[in-house]
Amino acid sequence: MSNKIVLGYDDSEAAKSALAFAVSLAKAQGAELVIAHVLEWSPYSFLTPEEIEQRHKRREEELKRAEDALLAPVRKSLEDDGVTVSTELKYGHIAETLIDVIKKSGASHLIIGRTGHSALSSRLFGSVAGSLAQAAPVPVTIVP
Amino acid sequence: MRKSIKAAALSAPLLLAATAPAMAQSVDERVNELFASSTGWFVNLIFSPFPGTSFPWIVAWLVIAATVFTLYFGLIQFRAFPHSISLVKGDYSDPNDAGEVSHFQALATALSGTVGLGNIAGVAVAVGIGGPGATFWMILAGLMGMASKFTECTLGVKYRNEFEDGHVSGGPMYYMTKGFAERGLPMGKFLAVLFSVFCILGAFGGGNMFQANQAHAQISGVVGDYPGWITGVVFAAVVFAVIVGGLKSIARVTEKVVPFMGVMYVAAALVILAMNADKIGWAFGQIFEGAFTGAGVAGGMVGALIQGFKRAAFSNEAGVGSAAIAHSAVKTKEPITEGFVSLLEPFIDTVVICTMTALVIIITGQLIQDPNTGLYLLDEGASTIQTVDGNKGVALTSAAFSSAFSWFQYVLALAVILFAFSTMISWSYYGLKAWTFLFGEGQTTELVFKVIFCIFVVIGAAANLGPVIDFSDAAIFAMAVVNIIALYFLMPIVKKELNSYMARLKSGEIKKYS
Repeated sequence: MSNKIVLGYDDSEAAKSALAFAVSLAKAQGAELVIAHVLEWSPYSFLTPEEIEQRHKRREEELKRAEDALLAPVRKSLEDDGVTVSTELKYGHIAETLIDVIKKSGASHLIIGRTGHSALSSRLFGSVAGSLAQAAPVPVTIVP
Repeated sequence: MRKSIKAAALSAPLLLAATAPAMAQSVDERVNELFASSTGWFVNLIFSPFPGTSFPWIVAWLVIAATVFTLYFGLIQFRAFPHSISLVKGDYSDPNDAGEVSHFQALATALSGTVGLGNIAGVAVAVGIGGPGATFWMILAGLMGMASKFTECTLGVKYRNEFEDGHVSGGPMYYMTKGFAERGLPMGKFLAVLFSVFCILGAFGGGNMFQANQAHAQISGVVGDYPGWITGVVFAAVVFAVIVGGLKSIARVTEKVVPFMGVMYVAAALVILAMNADKIGWAFGQIFEGAFTGAGVAGGMVGALIQGFKRAAFSNEAGVGSAAIAHSAVKTKEPITEGFVSLLEPFIDTVVICTMTALVIIITGQLIQDPNTGLYLLDEGASTIQTVDGNKGVALTSAAFSSAFSWFQYVLALAVILFAFSTMISWSYYGLKAWTFLFGEGQTTELVFKVIFCIFVVIGAAANLGPVIDFSDAAIFAMAVVNIIALYFLMPIVKKELNSYMARLKSGEIKKYS
């Protein structure tokens, strides 16, 4: 059994709680932490000609912003804290992409934050945490 | 005395009310006259027939080109069809490239530029003049046009400009300059400038005035007649808000609603066909018979052929070069893959959507036939077929759909407005690319183009269909004249790309990711 934990991470409050939980778990188990951030993206959405022209440039900007503002600071502070950590930055459907990250890294545990959707909206549109709880190939911990 | 003053005071507003529409009408008339007289020579040049015949040389030009590309690439439109679908589905897309423009997105955006009034109004014009037989030639032109589109879009991606800041510009003017230079051919720059000039005219014509004109026809058909310049000003204001004001939200909403409208249009057509299932055989009979005999149609078989080819080219823009601009920004390591994807465009646009329109018009009995001979009756000028209520253009399509569902005219009116709008947005982009190629990129030069573009929206809505459709056709076909010359010179490059790609696909070097 591999000793890797995947953490689904974004800039929400819930993600910060999940991070704290994941760090304590990783330390206790001596596990390696994989922090994954997914930029929501569908190849089947519709764009205007101008958006298409600018897309490549925007993508570079989005990746840089996510790396600089979100992932790099966390990686640095965890490394200083002595935790073995790596980061993954991907585009795609959030739940599906996190599952891909789990499979590829061979992790044995997924930790995610629960974002505060109302019961109605999550029933209508589904929630990321809900679909991961159902579809993830490893045990999932959802942190409120 | 007092009484007469009172009477005068009373009648003054009445008089004003009576003259206002007349004045407005005369604004429309003046715009129309001025427009027709200033563009006539250009229209005549493009559509002049071969000496001694009534066959316009431009139609032959397009047909020959589509045939040459079809043969040169070995029926690529049929051979590569399954692979094209696979590419659009994303089977061959590297997951690490997620977040870049996908093949599907490039296709959808290019389609929303071409699916428009050509499919609704243009087809009605074709069938109204050329009879049901025009449909056959239209479908044939659509199938062959797939090869033209394949050629131009591959080149569009191969020779696009990638700027340092990461944005991309492509299109015929770039493959004309770079491609010709690479092959050591002269005149590339000259062709590129000529193409850009025609592209700007095409953006003002088919990509703008024709759309505004038919949108107005559709709205006034639903709410009653009123001066066209009013529609023009409203449309111009919204277009201005999007292309100058950068109001992306409107454009984004349109981009989302347009595909939905397209699907709904085809679905409605299919329902009408299902309701008249017993007549489908008869309708195809009319199409085939008309295609080869041209029975009772102005100009006979040649008339049907000309109309079919003209309207197909106008609708799917194969060989025109506009799609090469739209597709060139996609992220791909293999330019040829974008060519494969783009060949689906004339198929969806012409073979599927245009055919639906034509079938619905024929099946619902909009074209009046002589009950004894079965021949179509011509109107007084003997130039068009008599229709129920004398409808033509978009009104004919609207009448055909409404004969099955009376409420459909409102849906169609909305569809026409949205199609017209999304086509205008796409063409404002194509025109702008040609404009900046000529005058350089820069805020002021771009603004000048955008303002002129909006002015043409008003002119288009105010003018009559005749002169507008003539100029729109002429401008778009003028683009095809220049573009196809370039395609002939550059097609060996596409062939090389094709052979190399096919070999690697066969050897398994290029494989599916999923």
